[in-house]
Amino acid sequence: MGKSKKLHIEDLYKSYGDKVVLDNVDLSVSEGEFCTLVGPSGCGKSTLLRLILGQEAANSGVVHIDGRAVGVPDTNRGIVFQRYSLFPHMTVLQNVLLGKYVQGKNWLTPWKSTKEEQDKAMHYLSILRLTDAIDKYPHELSGGMQQRVAIAQALIMNPPILLMDEPFGALDPDTREELQVFILELWEKQNLTIFFVTHDLIEACYLGSRLLVLSQYYTDDRGEGEHVNRGGRIVADHCLKDVVSSTEVKNSPEFKELIASVRDDGFDPVIRQHVGDFNLAHPDAFRTLTSEEQS
Amino acid sequence: MEKPKFWGLHAAPSKKLKIFLAIIPFIILIGSYLIASDIRHKENPSDKLLPTVSKMVAATNKMAFEENKRTGKYLLWHDTQASLKRLAIGVGLAALVGLLLGLNMGMYKGFSALASPFVTFVSMIPPLAILPILFISFGVGELGKVALIFLGVFPVITRDIYLAVSKVPREQVVKALTLGASSLTIVYRIVMPQILPRLIDAIRLSLGAAWLFLIASEAIASTEGLGYRIFLVRRYLSMDVIIPYVLWITMLGFVMDYILKSLIRLKFKWYSSQGK
Repeated sequence: MGKSKKLHIEDLYKSYGDKVVLDNVDLSVSEGEFCTLVGPSGCGKSTLLRLILGQEAANSGVVHIDGRAVGVPDTNRGIVFQRYSLFPHMTVLQNVLLGKYVQGKNWLTPWKSTKEEQDKAMHYLSILRLTDAIDKYPHELSGGMQQRVAIAQALIMNPPILLMDEPFGALDPDTREELQVFILELWEKQNLTIFFVTHDLIEACYLGSRLLVLSQYYTDDRGEGEHVNRGGRIVADHCLKDVVSSTEVKNSPEFKELIASVRDDGFDPVIRQHVGDFNLAHPDAFRTLTSEEQS
Repeated sequence: MEKPKFWGLHAAPSKKLKIFLAIIPFIILIGSYLIASDIRHKENPSDKLLPTVSKMVAATNKMAFEENKRTGKYLLWHDTQASLKRLAIGVGLAALVGLLLGLNMGMYKGFSALASPFVTFVSMIPPLAILPILFISFGVGELGKVALIFLGVFPVITRDIYLAVSKVPREQVVKALTLGASSLTIVYRIVMPQILPRLIDAIRLSLGAAWLFLIASEAIASTEGLGYRIFLVRRYLSMDVIIPYVLWITMLGFVMDYILKSLIRLKFKWYSSQGK
């Protein structure tokens, strides 16, 4: 691809007590990629996101953003959560400007933004079609609008990578689809690098330019039994389209076929592929196996 | 379907009926007092236990609008001023300390480990039980009384603020960090403003306790104040002064609560409409 790697993860392990959640995860994401991560419940997708975000620390392994190891959450990644992304005591404009307010300023200094910053905020608000709502408080907005504000709030900081944790999970189906089209357009126009976690297979297949499936349903040469404690890892890595398509595509046979194959790969506890047989078709995909995993 | 006006689970009283219903207990209270007072006065015209309304009005007039012969002061206003000052200083300090302690305990886990068990311990001490200690160590002047109100109120406010801060979603802190906010900015610029209306609510709830401590300390050692006056005239069975004073204190409490409630409604619109 020749583009720089925005996100690089290698040999990542995370466990809570005896429960292994992430088991030797390897992942590399190029600039401009719309990466969707999907998986059954309990596969560790939220954990992986929290590790990238720096909200939790891994047991071992590396997480690099732009070539630097990640620490606690900072401006190196933007985040949009499913809920609670907005600050309830600030208006929409203040919420969007917050990142600009607090940049490198003493906490005591009065919050004053420059004209330039205001213009930038208005620019993003107009992209996100929120110009009518700038003086409203979050509780006065619909769920879809709240998520659009949260996106603007993150984008104004120009983060190297935008993390999204089930951002449309709490929305009704119509708003959800509207926002899906919306984020795709935004991704294309702004050349964003997005890492998008969802449990909705259709959403993941529709949005992603690259689809990752994280699952704990696989097998390897460590054998079976009580002593083998397997956690989630990337079991499929698909290269999808580079162009934005309409929501009509969701009804096409190819799309349905893709979903069926992903369901078999990751979501069916009965069908377990061997680590050697994973469909890692994406050019960026790589994998390091330990000698026990593949002998 | 017609919903019942008053009876049962499905009752939906109209606005008029609500006002009417609200007045009923007051009418019963006042009515039975007047009747009882009347009966006692028929037996003994100089009865002091249940003074007539005219006696209370006369006593109120004397306390509020006539200069006291000995001190040259209007006693009711003088007492009110003294009491409110103690209340304001005590509750104000408790609110300030409670806010800062609770906020930092909620945000910094290390500080919470240090301070939280201690605050819980202090909150278990019955404040009135250490009143003698306060009077001995701080004297019977203003400091002892303010200290009692402060010690009685601040643990409650601290714990309430602590709970509220602990409930601020972790997502908000993470989001603020990704927007480049420093930890001080997050604590004092993002979390604290969200907690302020909760602080006002906490103050409203602790005002009742604050009045209790104020009156108790004034009753024991004071030379002025609403509580002092009530306990002073008790010696002469002056119910005609005590009852108006109690009503006045009740009204002061009611007005304070109303002002604080309005402050939340006007200044923190996002707070009162949350969860609707």
